[in-house]
Amino acid sequence: MEIIWQSLPRLLEGAWLTVHITALSVVMGLLLAVPLALLRVSRNPLFWTPAYGYIFYFRGTPLLVQIFLIYYGSGQFQTELDALGLWVFFRQAYFCAALTLTLNTAGYTAEILRGAIQAVPHGEIEAARASGMSGWLLYRRIILPKAFRLALPAYSNEVVFLFQATSLVSIISLMDLTGVARVIAARSFAFYQLYITAGVIYLIITYGILFIFKKVEFRLSGHLRDRKDTVLAVDGVPVR
Amino acid sequence: MFDFQGYLWMLPTGLQLTLLVGLCALVVAMVLGLLGAWAKLSHNWIARRAADTYTTVIRGVPELLLILLVYYGVPTLIQDVLEGFGYDIVIDINPFIAGVMTLGFIYGAFSTEVFRGAILAVPKGQIEAAYAAGMSRPMMVRRVLLPQVWRFALPGLGNVWMVLIKATALISVIQLPELMRNSDIAARAVRLPFTFYFAASLIYLGITIVSMIGQQRIETWARRGVRSG
Repeated sequence: MEIIWQSLPRLLEGAWLTVHITALSVVMGLLLAVPLALLRVSRNPLFWTPAYGYIFYFRGTPLLVQIFLIYYGSGQFQTELDALGLWVFFRQAYFCAALTLTLNTAGYTAEILRGAIQAVPHGEIEAARASGMSGWLLYRRIILPKAFRLALPAYSNEVVFLFQATSLVSIISLMDLTGVARVIAARSFAFYQLYITAGVIYLIITYGILFIFKKVEFRLSGHLRDRKDTVLAVDGVPVR
Repeated sequence: MFDFQGYLWMLPTGLQLTLLVGLCALVVAMVLGLLGAWAKLSHNWIARRAADTYTTVIRGVPELLLILLVYYGVPTLIQDVLEGFGYDIVIDINPFIAGVMTLGFIYGAFSTEVFRGAILAVPKGQIEAAYAAGMSRPMMVRRVLLPQVWRFALPGLGNVWMVLIKATALISVIQLPELMRNSDIAARAVRLPFTFYFAASLIYLGITIVSMIGQQRIETWARRGVRSG
């Protein structure tokens, strides 16, 4: 029990790395995913095939392989990367981890957005076209806002998966929550105590993230809910 | 770049073990999933609460941490408990068994949700009709419920399989010589990390493609008796 209290500050430090590498990858991944999804829904094969290939590769291979491919694999091209001045980045585990997580979540998020874009009701698009919107304006005003709202439940799952997937960065020696737990456990032989404590911290943050998404979803669906002042319920059956 | 320097044989050898771990874990996951779904839909609140806790905890904790917990944590936990009773023994878990158990346990939670949805998708009228025709509960489950639950669960189970087979790569951290671990050994031995990890990633991609085709075939086969259109 004592070892848990002693290592709690270091575990929380690790949790901080976990949280900020997640946040960084989520934001960068989303920025990459939007253009990717737009390319993916294009009818021009010159646009959709590369996007499809990208999404298929990153969703079809394990994240661990992707991390190793970028972190260790870049070493095979050290001279080339050095010539381009990029080796300083690829040398760092943090950079490689964040890059892989970003590329990975961009693939998954683009696929979620693709589904959401294609699920926007035709009537809304037709109405927008009828009022003279087209191209970028149509996307910006009608399709994307609706698609983001439709994508939110699936996207919240993706964020949670990414948050948990960050534990893999401990394998390339980063001191995230799992990394700290592994190091302290290996030194003190208090394996289950530390892994369970780390698990509890993950659990709390996971449900914290889900709670925030629930709040956001609730805020964004205000116009879809029944108005309180006009609805009465009798035995759970709404009466207007 | 694609000169494997005589280490190529390690990849198919690893692939075999990857598939074996994956299939065994899938069986464990399906058994746990059926049990979990039964518990979630049961009238017994202890069973319901236990199943809810199971899926909640699994959903909130990373797979890697659970693998480490099972492989390193559980033996030490058992040792500590037994030491309290005055026994002094050393327990080692076989990495294969630890991997299969952990992945089965994790994806059992996901298939619990799949089976729960599939059971709820069977029209209630059919179950009532089965009882009205005089079937006992086990017979109703065997003749009416399960044949349809399989069909409704197939798409979800296909997803579970695809995520599971990729998660087997994590077992490499406990030194089981599956595809990821073997490509790691080969990559370090000949200092060609990109070549070997990229080859491994293509093999995983191949598994995904074959699984997708297989899933489609099985779903078509399972639908053969269903009217469409």
